[in-house]
Amino acid sequence: MSAAFSWIKPEPHGIYVAPADCWIDPSRAVDTALVTHGHADHARGGHGKTVATPETLAIMKLRYATADGATPVSYGETIRLPGGVDATYIPAGHVLGSAQILLEHAGERVVITGDYKRRHDPTCPPFEAVPCDIFITEATFGLPLFTHPPIEDEMAKMLERLAAQPDRCVLVGAYALGKAQRVIAELRRAGHTRPIYLHGAMEKMCRLYEEYGVDLGELRLVSDHAKDDMRGSIVVCPPSALNDRWSRRLPEPITAMASGWMRVRQRARQRNVELPLIISDHADWGELTATIEEVDPHETWITHGREEALLRWCQLHQRRARALALVGYDDEDD
Amino acid sequence: MEAFAALIDALVYTPGRNEKLRLIGEYLRATPDPDRGWALAALSDGLDFPAVKSSTIRNLMKDRIDPVLWTLSRDFVGDTAETASLLWPVTASDGTAVPSVTQVVEILSSTNRNTAPAELARLLDRLDPSGRYALLKLATGAMRIGISSRLAKVAFAQAFDVPVELVEEYWHGLEPPYPDLFAWAADNADPPDTENMPLFRPFMLAHPLEEAKLDLADYAAEWKWDGIRVQLVHAGGETRVYSRSGDDISPTFPELVDAFRVPGILDGELLVRGAVQGGEKGGAASFNALQQRLGRKTVSKKMLAESPAFVRLYDVLQWQGEDLREAAWNQRRERLETLLPELPDSHFDLSQLVEARDFDHLAEIREGTRDDAIEGLMLKRRDSPYIAGRRVGYWYKWKRDPLLIDCVLMYAQRGSGKRSSFYSDYSFGCWDGDPDAGAELLPVGKAYSGFTDEELKKIDRHVRRNTVNRFGPVRETDKSLVFEVAFDSVHLSKRHKSGLAMRFPRIHRIRWDKPAHEADRIDALRALIRD
Repeated sequence: MSAAFSWIKPEPHGIYVAPADCWIDPSRAVDTALVTHGHADHARGGHGKTVATPETLAIMKLRYATADGATPVSYGETIRLPGGVDATYIPAGHVLGSAQILLEHAGERVVITGDYKRRHDPTCPPFEAVPCDIFITEATFGLPLFTHPPIEDEMAKMLERLAAQPDRCVLVGAYALGKAQRVIAELRRAGHTRPIYLHGAMEKMCRLYEEYGVDLGELRLVSDHAKDDMRGSIVVCPPSALNDRWSRRLPEPITAMASGWMRVRQRARQRNVELPLIISDHADWGELTATIEEVDPHETWITHGREEALLRWCQLHQRRARALALVGYDDEDD
Repeated sequence: MEAFAALIDALVYTPGRNEKLRLIGEYLRATPDPDRGWALAALSDGLDFPAVKSSTIRNLMKDRIDPVLWTLSRDFVGDTAETASLLWPVTASDGTAVPSVTQVVEILSSTNRNTAPAELARLLDRLDPSGRYALLKLATGAMRIGISSRLAKVAFAQAFDVPVELVEEYWHGLEPPYPDLFAWAADNADPPDTENMPLFRPFMLAHPLEEAKLDLADYAAEWKWDGIRVQLVHAGGETRVYSRSGDDISPTFPELVDAFRVPGILDGELLVRGAVQGGEKGGAASFNALQQRLGRKTVSKKMLAESPAFVRLYDVLQWQGEDLREAAWNQRRERLETLLPELPDSHFDLSQLVEARDFDHLAEIREGTRDDAIEGLMLKRRDSPYIAGRRVGYWYKWKRDPLLIDCVLMYAQRGSGKRSSFYSDYSFGCWDGDPDAGAELLPVGKAYSGFTDEELKKIDRHVRRNTVNRFGPVRETDKSLVFEVAFDSVHLSKRHKSGLAMRFPRIHRIRWDKPAHEADRIDALRALIRD
């Protein structure tokens, strides 16, 4: 690195913005944190001041029951940080409230994507490509084998299976923030109007999505219903509950999992998944590489995921790139 | 190929054994000959196409994708066939129909090493990702999708409602696509004629003896020898030596083929003679000595002279045309003792029974044995027939307690198959002196078993968080985790820098609590050498 951009420093615990003395998605408590989205590995509690979209702040409040120092920034809004740094929050298309953060300082522009995807998602506004000098991207699915199929195919797969075995239920493991609500909204879009049953851990987040205008149709709690009520229905739970004793109260569940990792057979087998649904809120390989080409930055920094392969792709395409060794981002559950 | 690919996919995602049996059975009933025969062969023993190797797939891929991206992808997936099926570039269909399993087999078996890559590529172009996966699995011979050869045979038996014992028995005399087997099972034709073939009969196996105490009035005890279990078959003028898995290892042990010329089937332990270490005559060398002879396709005269093989007999299944498998163990044992003089004593002896007053006395004898060629004791119910497989209540194995030593995790490698992407293969070491005085760890062994899935996840996390170096699929750790390693014996060896090699090391306990500098030293391991 030249002396330019010395104001932005990748550290093991997050990206440090020196002139403003603040951190992006720090993995430990700091005075000032700029948070891209509400997933636990990016949004941790305990910061003095948290700058995020109103939706992300609402999610953090729900999860950490604390709202101290919450500083809301809407999409498209720019706030001035100390030290002459401007921060603009731009939709990332990942989950409700997810944002990329554009930092501008001394005529230089840096975009931190947080997690993002390029596919349509009825629960959040789409990713916007923003020109910049340094593009700091995730690489969760940064291997060429990751191609997420159209979500309509995966919905059809699930509904066909449900119709074929109407005495059973389809139990879908989906991350409680984002994936679950997107799967439900897509089921509605696919014409599935029956009540959908929820694991208790899903309820509050679904209600919050509804408050922000995402229509999820009729939702019921598994705990309020008898086994027989749920035959022929779809049940949504966190991935950790899939093979848990909890699922014994369900009518012979067909175990499904909504995750980009389901593209790899052995990943599905490791989780005892019978019906793998390749659905991800992260960009796949084609989206990652197409986005770098579209943004066309002077330099690409890769934060977390399969950095090596994306780095290699950048080399092969004569793009300047480096992998940052950030710790604490957990991508295995997506 | 579509139905076969759909079956493979369904099998991959189906956890339950009964459901797997049902899926295979359904396929076998619905699919015409010879497709189903080839499919059954692929699922059970695997098909062999010498011209198609894993490297054929790798080379095809390296013409289509950057080699570094290929290696990273393969490393992540942990399976060459699956990685290639996902990364194969989609080409516009040329209108050729999807090939049948039989067509695939015909094309692959008519290729040679020069034509194989192009033929395989043409087939891949005609299939979707599932079909490509099934094709590559079939082409490279090893399905590795959690279907054992046994499960495939049980599925076959259930599909057509025939006894699985008969399926096993006919199996080894038949060749894919098994037209006679399907004709017999599905269409009530006469059973295949296997009378005069030197066929393998599935071994009777033992359960480990857990805490139970057995009454020696009902159970006989004999030594369990540390060689390899073999079955000798002589029929139709031919002799075969089969390993426990039913592999024909006759070429590796020509002296046994020459020595056994009576029609019959014997069960015993193959050992080589070496330094005298007990036993009846001569003596058995340690497993280490036997290992020099395993896996060889040809054997030199020097080898034959230096490490001659012999069989220590346990049982007799057939003799001079008489099938003894239904008879009680007592009677078979008596028969074995009376037939022994018919065999050359240079190559056969009898595994002696162990006489004890009672079970506690037997336990004492087991504790007291020093012979390195003894792995433990076998306990066999005196009235047990000879039944294929492992049946509760008949035979038990009671191994000697393993040796234990505390080692430090040094390197971890990603596993494959069900463990792909987990760091599941561990190399560990012992200190070459006082760690507080600057001693170093020297590798002493490698293990990939002995821990639960939950423990695997924890160790995997430890490896990821404590990596100091990466070499491809291998990570070097900060050497902070102690494993209590169990092993059967330890020998001098040039394989490791420590000069020692363990036999059958496995992780006994994970000592999250133990500081690395308190792990054992090389000297402690060396002191456990018995031969």
